[in-house]
Amino acid sequence: MLKQRPFLIEILTAAGLIAAPFVLPHIGFAPTTINRILVWGLFGIGFDILFGFTGLLSFGQSAFYGTGGMVAAYLLIIVGFPHVVTALFIGMIVAAIIGYLVGLIALRRTGIYFAMITVAIAEVFYFVEFNPLSHYTGGENGLPGVPTPVFNLGFTTIRFDTDFSLYTFLAFWYFVGIVIALRIVRSPVGAVLSAIRDNPLRAAAVGHNIHSYKLTAFVVAAAYAGFAGGLLGVMQGFMPPDAFTFDTSGQLVMQTAIGGAGTLFGPLVGAAVWLFLSDFLQNAVGLGAAWKLVLGLVFVLLVVFLRHGIVGGLADLARRVTGRAAHHEAAESDPTAVSPAVVAAESTPIVQFSPSPRRPAPAGTGEAILQAEGVTKRYGGLVANDRIDFTVWRGELRGIIGPNGAGKTTFFRMLTCEVPPTEGRIVFEGRDITGFGVTRVCQLGLTKSYQVNQLFTRLTVRENVTIAALAEKRGPFRLDMFRNLSGVAGLDERVAQTLALVHLTERAELTVSELAYGEKRRLEIGLALATAPSLLLLDEPLAGMSPRERLETVQLLKSIARGRTMIVIDHDMDAIFELAERITVLHEGRVLTEGTPEEVKRNATVQEAYLGGVAAA
Amino acid sequence: MINWPNFVSQCFNGLVLGALLALISSGLTIIYGTLGVLNLAHGAMFMLGGYAGWLAYSYTGSFIVAVIAGSLFVMVVGVVMERVIIRYFYGRPHEDQLLVTFGLGIVFVEAVRFFFGSLSKAVPPPPGLVGITPIGFMFYPTYRLALLGIVAVALLALYIVLYRTRIGMIVRAGIEDSVMVDALGIDVYKVFMLVFGIGAMAAGFAGIVNAPVVSIAPDVGEAILVQTFVVVVIGGVGSFLGAVLGGLIAGEIISITSMFNPGYSYVMLFAAMTLVLVLRPYGLLGTAGRE
Repeated sequence: MLKQRPFLIEILTAAGLIAAPFVLPHIGFAPTTINRILVWGLFGIGFDILFGFTGLLSFGQSAFYGTGGMVAAYLLIIVGFPHVVTALFIGMIVAAIIGYLVGLIALRRTGIYFAMITVAIAEVFYFVEFNPLSHYTGGENGLPGVPTPVFNLGFTTIRFDTDFSLYTFLAFWYFVGIVIALRIVRSPVGAVLSAIRDNPLRAAAVGHNIHSYKLTAFVVAAAYAGFAGGLLGVMQGFMPPDAFTFDTSGQLVMQTAIGGAGTLFGPLVGAAVWLFLSDFLQNAVGLGAAWKLVLGLVFVLLVVFLRHGIVGGLADLARRVTGRAAHHEAAESDPTAVSPAVVAAESTPIVQFSPSPRRPAPAGTGEAILQAEGVTKRYGGLVANDRIDFTVWRGELRGIIGPNGAGKTTFFRMLTCEVPPTEGRIVFEGRDITGFGVTRVCQLGLTKSYQVNQLFTRLTVRENVTIAALAEKRGPFRLDMFRNLSGVAGLDERVAQTLALVHLTERAELTVSELAYGEKRRLEIGLALATAPSLLLLDEPLAGMSPRERLETVQLLKSIARGRTMIVIDHDMDAIFELAERITVLHEGRVLTEGTPEEVKRNATVQEAYLGGVAAA
Repeated sequence: MINWPNFVSQCFNGLVLGALLALISSGLTIIYGTLGVLNLAHGAMFMLGGYAGWLAYSYTGSFIVAVIAGSLFVMVVGVVMERVIIRYFYGRPHEDQLLVTFGLGIVFVEAVRFFFGSLSKAVPPPPGLVGITPIGFMFYPTYRLALLGIVAVALLALYIVLYRTRIGMIVRAGIEDSVMVDALGIDVYKVFMLVFGIGAMAAGFAGIVNAPVVSIAPDVGEAILVQTFVVVVIGGVGSFLGAVLGGLIAGEIISITSMFNPGYSYVMLFAAMTLVLVLRPYGLLGTAGRE
């Protein structure tokens, strides 16, 4: 989704829009149906950015559709505003503002809560339209008499008052809508949105302010809805109050799911199928009111069997036909399947010393980069960490070991501000970061790789690394919705560098689900590295690896440790003793001891903690 | 200004509506809490209960039979729905679950419309509960008064099943951690089926006992579903007592606002929900991590 042949989709869209009014009537589409498809399609583009790309399923889009439409219709009919297009834009802006306010409330929660809240809010709009505001909106009668657009060019006047001329008007705006949406999807903002859909936790942890991005997607969806609502009034010459109903939101959701979410064109295709079938079932088959029952059944079957909708299904099919061969090749070069070539490659040194991305260190090394002072974490009566004092010096590679339940992971979670300490404070590069939150500390240059992989599983390796790198290149939030990804200075270099560092350059175009476990672990570290941390925390980087993968990863850690400060937790003692310059031993939530690997190995209390005193003698 | 008898009777109406919402919402919330599936067809379950009861009533003329038939029918629908479709969605994203239950809701509503038409149907209250009863300074419809008792008993029964029986203990354990329950050697999928059936039955029961108050139509479940969502957001997902508390709050808000202007009842409901979201994001009695 991030890289595409330039303008191919735009050109195909334009061609399709030009051909449609000449082709579709021959296969049974009425001219008014075609126009309605376009309005639904445009409405759906915004919704797809929200649902398909950001993963937020709203059942309340009717609120914005109705609001935009009513505002535009009110301006044109009651106020007597002469310019149709200007009224449409005002409607869109009002819908976007309302979307912003609603988003502030609805986005306090995610998942099913979000879905429920959007339903409830949309219902409020419905009732407000019908009752308190019926003086302005016409209540259940709606607003009849929306004028069609007229452009006076001086020498001639263009009127859009026939089905065909209205088609050109609607098709123009649909095209504009698609072009804008494609730019958004290909922009850095679009990349972050799909990261939020796949793994909001990690998107926040690599330094993106995900709440602001979600709000952005919500406002964009509301704006599209508002404009489409205005077009609905213009198309029908009447602004119907049922634009506000739950049915409208539901139909949009179903059309998008039928067509395929996350494709931008899915809603258009879905609308075409929906409206065609509803005409066909009612008129040609003569089902009468039962058409909706049949469509409901079709919808349920589609959700059960065709998970990516029509457009998604076609894309899968195309990929299967054309991409089969390439795919196989990729699978065969899987390094876990030990082929002679791989074994040969293995005997050559893995470490290539690619320069690793790192922020310039403030002058004067040798000072403390991270200090934890009296850090305590209590969960109810359980004390996970008890008054830990801990200092890491710039350039150091520190190991933390301790038996299970010693409080290592809790300690890490506090250092990266995933959870706040109950007591104590954490100072990073001279700044008190206690209570900052993951996004902010990552922006300051402190991040970690997770014990359990936290990747963007539906995206490719390259996209994964790109998303992490974007956070450092662009800051926590930026609205560069119309900039191409390649326009971000230094991004490609950073991505290439990181991929080389974790040895995934050859695997860059595969999606994460196609990687072997060891490769996923390396990508996990790569995500942290791509944010150019000055302090990198690694939570059990060797967990669950085969002996060969361990060897590789230890080499990798050594190579990235050059000129960087790192803290590593692991259970693999041999690896930790080999890697770390100093080791801190945690036991029952406290610091047991700290010293060089040799000192720690000889320490009697450490032996006791691990072996229960057997080896103490 | 305020007409006091009217105000008190609206408060009573709020109590009845609140109890009804509490019952429906607790069905929704225990299903979500245990199975992790938000059933958007829950409103349709309410509607189906009404229709099944109405059908039984028109054949037998007995209100008791109608209530039993309505509840059992919806329970069977719930169990079949879980066995045939929902169970394949446990491993799929929440969005897919929402889509499929939404679609099923439409299928139920449209199927009823197809067979019984769009016109509303009425079930009269059982003989003996017709008319009005004087309570102190005002008169109140007898059936509504009885309805309050009926729903309260149903809620109590649900409470006892959930909190005082072995199966209820398993369900509550499932709400906390269904994987762990599975690991303990309890066939959690059988429990899931049962929970879906009981949750659906709560809505179906509410649908038929409410039929003498508000006549039934194919789309009667839609408004109920939306109100149920507000109740669950206010009370907290997965919390039975939260559903009861949220139901009563929502019922009173709707009834009392309606006394002044029905158009604002949703606005007030929404305002209450927003307030809860701001002050207690996980609901009044909810806990973090149940999404």
